[in-house]
Amino acid sequence: MRFGGLKAVDDVSFKIREHTITGLIGPNGAGKTTLFNSIAGVYTPTAGQILFKGERIDGLPPHRIFHKGLVRTFQIPRPFPEMTVLENLLVVPPSQCGESFWNNWFQPARVREEEERNHDKACEIAKFLNLGHVLDLPCKNLSGGQQKLVEIGRALMADPSMILLDEPGAGVNPSLLAEIIDRISELHERGITFLLIEHNMDMVLNLCDPILVMANGRLLMEGDAQAVRSDPRVLDAYLGGEPEATS
Amino acid sequence: MTGIVSYLVFFSILASIYSLMSLGLNLQWGYTGLFNIGVVGFFAVGAYTFAILASPPAAGHIGGFNWPFLAALIAAMIATGIVALIVGIPTLRLREDYLAIATIGIGATIQLIANNMNWLTGGPNGIYNIPQPLSAYFSSNLGYNVFFLVMIVVILLLAYWSLERIVHSPWGRVLMAIREDETAASSVGKSGFSYRLQSFVIGSILMGLAGALYASFIKYISPTLFMPVLTFQVWAMLIVGGSGNNRGAILGSVLVWALWTMSGSVVQAILPSTLQVKGGAFQIILIGLVLMLVLLFRPRGIMGSRKAVVFAGESKTVSGE
Repeated sequence: MRFGGLKAVDDVSFKIREHTITGLIGPNGAGKTTLFNSIAGVYTPTAGQILFKGERIDGLPPHRIFHKGLVRTFQIPRPFPEMTVLENLLVVPPSQCGESFWNNWFQPARVREEEERNHDKACEIAKFLNLGHVLDLPCKNLSGGQQKLVEIGRALMADPSMILLDEPGAGVNPSLLAEIIDRISELHERGITFLLIEHNMDMVLNLCDPILVMANGRLLMEGDAQAVRSDPRVLDAYLGGEPEATS
Repeated sequence: MTGIVSYLVFFSILASIYSLMSLGLNLQWGYTGLFNIGVVGFFAVGAYTFAILASPPAAGHIGGFNWPFLAALIAAMIATGIVALIVGIPTLRLREDYLAIATIGIGATIQLIANNMNWLTGGPNGIYNIPQPLSAYFSSNLGYNVFFLVMIVVILLLAYWSLERIVHSPWGRVLMAIREDETAASSVGKSGFSYRLQSFVIGSILMGLAGALYASFIKYISPTLFMPVLTFQVWAMLIVGGSGNNRGAILGSVLVWALWTMSGSVVQAILPSTLQVKGGAFQIILIGLVLMLVLLFRPRGIMGSRKAVVFAGESKTVSGE
């Protein structure tokens, strides 16, 4: 992925196995979020391919990638601020009957029935994420950590097969962080694949296997927690050895 | 006494026509965030389409189709919808600023077309003898106007009810999500373009409907009735009443229209005859002042928008009453 003369992500090639929590770490500016945005369809890669379940998805717009079962969250949470938590969740389910203008007029019963189903599902997910008591609050009134949970909730409403989490732990207080970690591992057990960017090393080393390390737009290494911890290149990248030339 | 009653009836009919326009604008701006500053253009398309189709033959321009009222009304709405599609398809894919530029251009263009395409619109002379529905059954002017008022209020209530229903449906929820944060909406699978286009077309159709009813009510239209200041008025109505709130849109229309007509009378009464022609500027200044005061003290308008945006957890009843 190239922006003008800058190669933000260069020659990065990896596979994510199904049913893993893959961590993506690296110092600031390594290209992690750019890589995320390329996978999620915000950017069209200038070269290379991205495959999801054997199907090329690079170049598709974000809403199409969403419909393939690959959902993302944002580094800085982006709930719909004036809408309530419940509304935020209800927006998500794909291909709702009531999203068509005419169905609301000609098939109101079907719309209502589906709405009730989605409502129950939203309540269940909110409960799972400990958001049950704030369902009717507009999202702008929630704490940063709760907004992250709303984003995870939105992702879950889609029954995704894979979720991209961009720094789920950033700016979250420790007790809420423990809860987020707990929820992620439970969802993982239910069969959802995760790729997550995170700076909190404890979280990454405990939760993720394998871990990908990026620096200066390139993939530095891939391995389990043990391998990452003992690799001198990783320490070097974080503590600032000589940066490679990335013309 | 009859004078006052007949004035009030006249006032209410025009207030209802403005309300239809600000309801349309509210769908576009209040619920979808579309910055349409060519309201008058869509209003004019509705008015001219209705006038051309419904009028008896006239020398000098196309017409004489004598369509029945309802058919011409529906045709006017369809024509406005088509114009909105033509404007919307190229511009709504772009960032919102482009829609503003395009619509301001469309508003001006349509007025120029009305003024210059004589064979179609009668040019500066306009179109005369636009029929009023069922007018043959009424002997007095006031009696007819009361009937017209009832009809237009029914149409307004119908529009209000439909809009309330649709903005509180899953469809309206997607509109709001797109208005709030398009990137996030896209990340949960909602493509902004298609919804923006639908909202833009439906809002414009309401403006066209208002135009057709206006043409029928005043029986004569000419290009001078479709000046850009009308767009300004409708925007002022929506902002004063509370954008994102359909009741606010109607309330704002009544209030601002009252202020506009009253200030017009005051201007006539107090200004010396040499300054009368400048009276219109005074009205615009006054509305501008009110707009600023509302924005300072009630930035969400008189009715506010929170309640209309958020349906406080009653989603079960929301989709279809």
